[in-house]
Amino acid sequence: MGLENQLVGDNVLVTSLNKLVNWGRSNSVWPCTFGLACCALEMIASTLADFDISRFGSEVFRPSPRQSDLIIIAGTLTKKMSVMVKRIYDQMADPKWVIAMGACASCGGVFKSYAVVQGADQIIPVDVYIPGCPPRPEAVLAGLMKIQEKIRTERLDQRRDFKPGMLEIPTGN
Amino acid sequence: MEIEKALIALSTECPDLGLKRADRHGMPEITVSLESFPQVMKTLRALGFDMLSDVVGIDRMPRPVRFDVIYLLMAMEDFSRLAVKVEVAQDREVPSVSGIWNSANWGEREVFDLLGIGFSGHPDLRRILMWENFEGHPLRKDFPLEGKDFDKPFDTETIKDYF
Ligand code: SF4
Repeated sequence: MGLENQLVGDNVLVTSLNKLVNWGRSNSVWPCTFGLACCALEMIASTLADFDISRFGSEVFRPSPRQSDLIIIAGTLTKKMSVMVKRIYDQMADPKWVIAMGACASCGGVFKSYAVVQGADQIIPVDVYIPGCPPRPEAVLAGLMKIQEKIRTERLDQRRDFKPGMLEIPTGN
Repeated sequence: MEIEKALIALSTECPDLGLKRADRHGMPEITVSLESFPQVMKTLRALGFDMLSDVVGIDRMPRPVRFDVIYLLMAMEDFSRLAVKVEVAQDREVPSVSGIWNSANWGEREVFDLLGIGFSGHPDLRRILMWENFEGHPLRKDFPLEGKDFDKPFDTETIKDYF
Protein backbone atom coordinates (compact mmCIF):
# COMPACT_ATOMS: atom_id res chain seq x y z
CA MET A 1 0.00 0.00 0.00
CA GLY A 2 2.86 2.44 -0.37
CA LEU A 3 3.76 2.61 3.26
CA GLU A 4 5.62 -0.71 3.18
CA ASN A 5 7.53 0.40 0.09
CA GLN A 6 8.76 3.40 1.96
CA LEU A 7 9.95 1.23 4.78
CA VAL A 8 12.19 -1.18 2.84
CA GLY A 9 15.85 -0.57 3.36
CA ASP A 10 17.22 1.76 5.95
CA ASN A 11 14.59 4.42 5.64
CA VAL A 12 13.23 6.26 8.59
CA LEU A 13 9.60 7.33 8.72
CA VAL A 14 8.96 10.56 10.51
CA THR A 15 5.47 11.54 11.54
CA SER A 16 3.74 13.22 14.42
CA LEU A 17 2.18 11.23 17.18
CA ASN A 18 -1.15 12.84 16.39
CA LYS A 19 -1.11 11.67 12.83
CA LEU A 20 -0.03 8.17 13.67
CA VAL A 21 -2.62 7.71 16.39
CA ASN A 22 -5.39 9.22 14.31
CA TRP A 23 -4.44 7.17 11.27
CA GLY A 24 -4.70 3.98 13.29
CA ARG A 25 -7.86 5.00 14.98
CA SER A 26 -9.66 6.20 11.89
CA ASN A 27 -9.06 2.92 10.11
CA SER A 28 -10.32 0.74 12.92
CA VAL A 29 -13.60 2.29 13.93
CA TRP A 30 -15.48 -0.64 15.37
CA PRO A 31 -19.23 -0.11 15.47
CA CYS A 32 -21.57 -1.47 18.07
CA THR A 33 -23.90 -4.27 16.93
CA PHE A 34 -26.96 -2.25 17.43
CA GLY A 35 -30.05 -1.43 15.41
CA LEU A 36 -33.47 -0.09 16.27
CA ALA A 37 -35.72 -0.27 13.22
CA CYS A 38 -35.79 -0.48 9.42
CA CYS A 39 -32.58 1.55 9.06
CA ALA A 40 -30.68 -1.24 10.76
CA LEU A 41 -31.25 -3.40 7.70
CA GLU A 42 -29.40 -0.91 5.54
CA MET A 43 -26.63 -0.79 8.11
CA ILE A 44 -26.41 -4.58 7.88
CA ALA A 45 -26.44 -4.36 4.09
CA SER A 46 -23.45 -2.05 4.21
CA THR A 47 -21.44 -4.86 5.75
CA LEU A 48 -22.19 -7.27 2.92
CA ALA A 49 -19.80 -7.96 0.07
CA ASP A 50 -21.51 -5.55 -2.34
CA PHE A 51 -20.77 -2.52 -0.22
CA ASP A 52 -18.10 -3.99 2.03
CA ILE A 53 -17.66 -1.75 5.02
CA SER A 54 -14.43 -3.63 5.78
CA ARG A 55 -12.69 -1.47 3.18
CA PHE A 56 -12.79 1.16 5.90
CA GLY A 57 -11.80 -1.13 8.72
CA SER A 58 -15.22 -1.11 10.30
CA GLU A 59 -16.45 -4.61 9.60
CA VAL A 60 -15.90 -5.72 13.17
CA PHE A 61 -19.31 -5.12 14.67
CA ARG A 62 -18.77 -5.63 18.36
CA PRO A 63 -21.46 -7.27 20.46
CA SER A 64 -20.25 -5.43 23.53
CA PRO A 65 -20.29 -1.65 23.96
CA ARG A 66 -17.04 -1.94 25.89
CA GLN A 67 -15.20 -2.89 22.74
CA SER A 68 -16.80 -0.50 20.28
CA ASP A 69 -15.81 2.98 19.19
CA LEU A 70 -18.86 3.96 17.21
CA ILE A 71 -22.56 3.63 17.83
CA ILE A 72 -24.82 3.93 14.80
CA ILE A 73 -28.30 4.91 15.96
CA ALA A 74 -29.98 3.02 13.14
CA GLY A 75 -33.69 3.50 13.39
CA THR A 76 -36.56 4.95 15.32
CA LEU A 77 -35.50 5.87 18.81
CA THR A 78 -38.51 5.37 21.04
CA LYS A 79 -38.67 6.93 24.45
CA LYS A 80 -38.87 3.53 26.05
CA MET A 81 -35.68 2.41 24.28
CA SER A 82 -33.85 5.68 24.90
CA VAL A 83 -32.91 4.61 28.40
CA MET A 84 -31.10 1.57 27.01
CA VAL A 85 -29.42 3.52 24.23
CA LYS A 86 -28.09 6.00 26.72
CA ARG A 87 -26.85 3.19 28.88
CA ILE A 88 -25.06 1.54 25.95
CA TYR A 89 -23.48 4.87 25.02
CA ASP A 90 -22.34 5.43 28.59
CA GLN A 91 -20.79 1.97 28.67
CA MET A 92 -18.66 2.60 25.60
CA ALA A 93 -15.08 3.47 26.36
CA ASP A 94 -13.68 6.82 25.23
CA PRO A 95 -12.94 7.85 22.54
CA LYS A 96 -16.36 7.22 21.04
CA TRP A 97 -18.36 8.53 18.15
CA VAL A 98 -22.03 8.58 17.26
CA ILE A 99 -23.79 8.45 13.90
CA ALA A 100 -27.49 9.28 13.74
CA MET A 101 -28.64 7.24 10.79
CA GLY A 102 -31.85 8.10 8.99
CA ALA A 103 -34.60 10.63 9.43
CA CYS A 104 -35.88 9.02 12.63
CA ALA A 105 -32.62 9.12 14.53
CA SER A 106 -31.83 12.61 13.25
CA CYS A 107 -35.09 14.34 14.06
CA GLY A 108 -37.86 11.86 14.75
CA GLY A 109 -38.69 11.45 11.08
CA VAL A 110 -42.31 10.73 10.28
CA PHE A 111 -43.02 9.88 13.90
CA LYS A 112 -44.06 13.15 15.43
CA SER A 113 -45.63 11.31 18.31
CA TYR A 114 -45.79 10.66 22.02
CA ALA A 115 -43.59 7.60 21.86
CA VAL A 116 -40.62 8.71 19.78
CA VAL A 117 -37.62 10.83 20.78
CA GLN A 118 -37.37 13.69 18.30
CA GLY A 119 -33.74 13.10 17.43
CA ALA A 120 -31.00 11.07 19.08
CA ASP A 121 -29.13 14.29 19.85
CA GLN A 122 -31.63 14.91 22.62
CA ILE A 123 -30.00 12.17 24.66
CA ILE A 124 -26.43 11.70 23.39
CA PRO A 125 -24.01 13.90 21.40
CA VAL A 126 -24.15 13.08 17.69
CA ASP A 127 -21.15 13.51 15.39
CA VAL A 128 -22.63 12.75 11.98
CA TYR A 129 -26.19 12.77 10.72
CA ILE A 130 -27.09 10.65 7.71
CA PRO A 131 -30.26 11.80 5.95
CA GLY A 132 -32.62 9.39 4.22
CA CYS A 133 -35.46 7.06 4.98
CA PRO A 134 -33.66 4.71 4.95
CA PRO A 135 -30.26 5.94 3.78
CA ARG A 136 -28.65 3.62 1.25
CA PRO A 137 -25.53 1.72 2.31
CA GLU A 138 -23.45 4.16 0.27
CA ALA A 139 -24.75 6.90 2.51
CA VAL A 140 -23.78 4.88 5.57
CA LEU A 141 -20.28 4.53 4.16
CA ALA A 142 -20.20 8.25 3.42
CA GLY A 143 -21.17 8.91 7.01
CA LEU A 144 -18.45 6.59 8.21
CA MET A 145 -15.93 8.42 6.04
CA LYS A 146 -17.03 11.68 7.64
CA ILE A 147 -16.28 10.16 11.02
CA GLN A 148 -12.87 9.07 9.75
CA GLU A 149 -12.23 12.57 8.49
CA LYS A 150 -13.16 13.94 11.85
CA ILE A 151 -10.85 11.52 13.63
CA ARG A 152 -7.95 12.28 11.29
CA THR A 153 -8.15 16.00 11.84
CA GLU A 154 -8.53 15.72 15.59
CA ARG A 155 -5.75 16.93 17.85
CA LEU A 156 -5.07 15.10 21.08
CA ASP A 157 -6.14 18.11 23.09
CA GLN A 158 -9.50 18.17 21.32
CA ARG A 159 -10.48 14.79 22.61
CA ARG A 160 -13.45 14.57 24.87
CA ASP A 161 -11.45 12.90 27.62
CA PHE A 162 -8.64 15.45 27.44
CA LYS A 163 -7.56 17.03 30.70
CA PRO A 164 -5.24 20.02 30.93
CA GLY A 165 -1.68 18.99 31.68
CA MET A 166 -2.16 15.55 30.12
CA LEU A 167 0.33 16.18 27.33
CA GLU A 168 3.11 17.66 29.41
CA ILE A 169 6.17 15.47 29.49
CA PRO A 170 7.16 14.81 33.07
CA THR A 171 10.65 16.07 33.78
CA GLY A 172 12.61 13.44 35.64
CA ASN A 173 15.26 14.51 38.08
CA MET B 1 -66.40 -27.27 13.33
CA GLU B 2 -69.15 -25.48 11.59
CA ILE B 3 -69.84 -22.04 12.88
CA GLU B 4 -73.58 -22.48 12.49
CA LYS B 5 -73.56 -25.59 14.62
CA ALA B 6 -71.39 -23.90 17.21
CA LEU B 7 -73.71 -20.93 17.40
CA ILE B 8 -76.75 -23.15 17.80
CA ALA B 9 -74.95 -25.05 20.54
CA LEU B 10 -74.00 -21.75 22.10
CA SER B 11 -77.55 -20.45 22.19
CA THR B 12 -78.78 -23.67 23.79
CA GLU B 13 -76.01 -23.46 26.40
CA CYS B 14 -76.59 -19.82 27.21
CA PRO B 15 -80.18 -19.00 26.26
CA ASP B 16 -80.32 -15.35 27.27
CA LEU B 17 -77.36 -14.07 25.33
CA GLY B 18 -78.81 -11.13 23.51
CA LEU B 19 -76.70 -12.44 20.67
CA LYS B 20 -76.23 -10.29 17.57
CA ARG B 21 -74.64 -11.69 14.48
CA ALA B 22 -72.74 -10.04 11.70
CA ASP B 23 -70.42 -11.07 8.94
CA ARG B 24 -67.26 -9.05 8.62
CA HIS B 25 -65.42 -9.71 5.39
CA GLY B 26 -66.31 -13.37 5.53
CA MET B 27 -65.51 -13.74 9.21
CA PRO B 28 -68.49 -14.38 11.47
CA GLU B 29 -68.81 -12.05 14.40
CA ILE B 30 -71.12 -12.22 17.39
CA THR B 31 -71.88 -9.43 19.78
CA VAL B 32 -72.69 -10.45 23.33
CA SER B 33 -73.60 -8.50 26.41
CA LEU B 34 -71.01 -7.89 29.09
CA GLU B 35 -73.03 -9.97 31.58
CA SER B 36 -73.16 -13.11 29.48
CA PHE B 37 -69.60 -12.70 28.21
CA PRO B 38 -67.74 -15.03 30.64
CA GLN B 39 -70.29 -17.78 30.12
CA VAL B 40 -70.11 -17.42 26.33
CA MET B 41 -66.33 -17.61 26.31
CA LYS B 42 -66.30 -20.70 28.52
CA THR B 43 -68.83 -22.37 26.26
CA LEU B 44 -66.93 -21.46 23.08
CA ARG B 45 -63.75 -22.91 24.54
CA ALA B 46 -65.60 -26.11 25.37
CA LEU B 47 -67.01 -26.17 21.84
CA GLY B 48 -63.54 -26.32 20.37
CA PHE B 49 -62.25 -22.78 19.93
CA ASP B 50 -58.92 -23.59 21.48
CA MET B 51 -56.90 -20.63 20.33
CA LEU B 52 -57.28 -16.94 21.07
CA SER B 53 -55.31 -15.23 18.36
CA ASP B 54 -55.82 -11.62 19.35
CA VAL B 55 -57.60 -9.19 21.59
CA VAL B 56 -58.54 -5.88 20.00
CA GLY B 57 -59.92 -2.71 21.51
CA ILE B 58 -61.63 0.08 19.62
CA ASP B 59 -62.49 3.55 20.85
CA ARG B 60 -65.81 4.64 19.28
CA MET B 61 -65.66 7.96 20.94
CA PRO B 62 -68.91 9.87 20.41
CA ARG B 63 -70.87 6.68 21.08
CA PRO B 64 -72.28 6.57 24.64
CA VAL B 65 -71.01 3.04 25.22
CA ARG B 66 -67.53 4.06 24.34
CA PHE B 67 -65.40 0.98 23.70
CA ASP B 68 -65.53 -2.23 21.74
CA VAL B 69 -63.40 -5.18 22.79
CA ILE B 70 -63.11 -7.93 20.23
CA TYR B 71 -61.70 -11.38 20.86
CA LEU B 72 -60.55 -13.28 17.78
CA LEU B 73 -60.97 -16.99 18.30
CA MET B 74 -59.81 -19.88 16.19
CA ALA B 75 -60.44 -23.61 16.27
CA MET B 76 -57.25 -25.48 15.46
CA GLU B 77 -59.31 -28.48 14.35
CA ASP B 78 -60.42 -26.93 11.06
CA PHE B 79 -59.13 -23.36 11.31
CA SER B 80 -62.58 -21.84 11.57
CA ARG B 81 -62.59 -18.41 13.08
CA LEU B 82 -65.00 -16.39 15.14
CA ALA B 83 -64.91 -12.87 16.48
CA VAL B 84 -66.64 -12.17 19.77
CA LYS B 85 -67.42 -8.55 20.48
CA VAL B 86 -68.46 -6.87 23.71
CA GLU B 87 -69.36 -3.24 24.07
CA VAL B 88 -67.93 -1.63 27.18
CA ALA B 89 -68.81 1.69 28.75
CA GLN B 90 -65.96 3.79 30.06
CA ASP B 91 -66.59 2.97 33.71
CA ARG B 92 -67.05 -0.77 33.20
CA GLU B 93 -64.58 -3.61 33.22
CA VAL B 94 -64.48 -6.71 31.06
CA PRO B 95 -64.13 -10.02 32.91
CA SER B 96 -60.72 -11.35 31.93
CA VAL B 97 -60.54 -14.59 29.97
CA SER B 98 -56.88 -15.20 30.72
CA GLY B 99 -57.97 -18.15 32.82
CA ILE B 100 -59.39 -19.77 29.68
CA TRP B 101 -56.78 -18.83 27.08
CA ASN B 102 -53.32 -17.93 28.34
CA SER B 103 -52.69 -15.66 25.38
CA ALA B 104 -55.36 -13.33 26.70
CA ASN B 105 -52.92 -12.28 29.39
CA TRP B 106 -50.76 -10.14 27.13
CA GLY B 107 -53.58 -9.25 24.74
CA GLU B 108 -55.67 -7.79 27.53
CA ARG B 109 -52.65 -6.01 28.95
CA GLU B 110 -52.14 -4.35 25.60
CA VAL B 111 -55.76 -3.22 25.39
CA PHE B 112 -55.53 -1.95 28.94
CA ASP B 113 -52.29 -0.12 28.22
CA LEU B 114 -53.36 1.61 25.04
CA LEU B 115 -57.06 2.19 25.69
CA GLY B 116 -57.42 2.06 29.43
CA ILE B 117 -60.11 -0.61 29.49
CA GLY B 118 -60.04 -2.55 32.74
CA PHE B 119 -60.13 -6.34 32.90
CA SER B 120 -61.46 -7.72 36.14
CA GLY B 121 -59.80 -10.86 37.42
CA HIS B 122 -56.67 -10.38 35.30
CA PRO B 123 -53.64 -11.83 37.13
CA ASP B 124 -51.16 -9.14 36.12
CA LEU B 125 -52.77 -6.03 34.69
CA ARG B 126 -49.76 -3.80 34.03
CA ARG B 127 -48.73 -1.74 31.04
CA ILE B 128 -47.04 -3.80 28.37
CA LEU B 129 -45.97 -1.40 25.60
CA MET B 130 -45.71 1.98 27.26
CA TRP B 131 -43.40 2.52 30.19
CA GLU B 132 -44.52 2.30 33.78
CA ASN B 133 -45.01 5.97 34.61
CA PHE B 134 -46.58 6.94 31.29
CA GLU B 135 -49.70 9.02 31.80
CA GLY B 136 -52.83 8.35 29.80
CA HIS B 137 -53.79 5.80 27.19
CA PRO B 138 -52.43 6.76 23.78
CA LEU B 139 -54.93 5.07 21.47
CA ARG B 140 -57.88 6.87 23.02
CA LYS B 141 -59.30 9.36 20.59
CA ASP B 142 -59.01 12.21 23.07
CA PHE B 143 -55.30 11.59 23.60
CA PRO B 144 -53.14 14.24 21.87
CA LEU B 145 -50.90 12.53 19.34
CA GLU B 146 -47.80 14.37 20.45
CA GLY B 147 -48.35 13.57 24.09
CA LYS B 148 -47.22 15.56 27.05
CA ASP B 149 -44.16 17.87 27.01
CA PHE B 150 -43.57 17.41 23.31
CA ASP B 151 -42.06 20.87 22.93
CA LYS B 152 -39.62 20.39 25.79
CA PRO B 153 -36.23 18.68 25.50
CA PHE B 154 -36.52 15.02 26.26
CA ASP B 155 -34.75 13.57 29.26
CA THR B 156 -34.28 9.85 29.77
CA GLU B 157 -34.55 10.40 33.52
CA THR B 158 -38.29 10.91 33.11
CA ILE B 159 -38.76 7.32 31.94
CA LYS B 160 -39.38 4.83 34.66
CA ASP B 161 -40.03 1.27 33.66
CA TYR B 162 -40.36 -2.22 35.06
CA PHE B 163 -36.64 -2.92 34.61
S1 SF4 C 1 -35.66 6.77 8.90
FE1 SF4 C 1 -37.14 5.56 7.74
S2 SF4 C 1 -36.09 3.62 7.36
FE2 SF4 C 1 -35.01 4.64 9.04
S3 SF4 C 1 -35.93 3.85 10.91
FE3 SF4 C 1 -37.01 5.73 10.37
S4 SF4 C 1 -38.77 5.02 9.18
FE4 SF4 C 1 -37.30 3.36 9.22
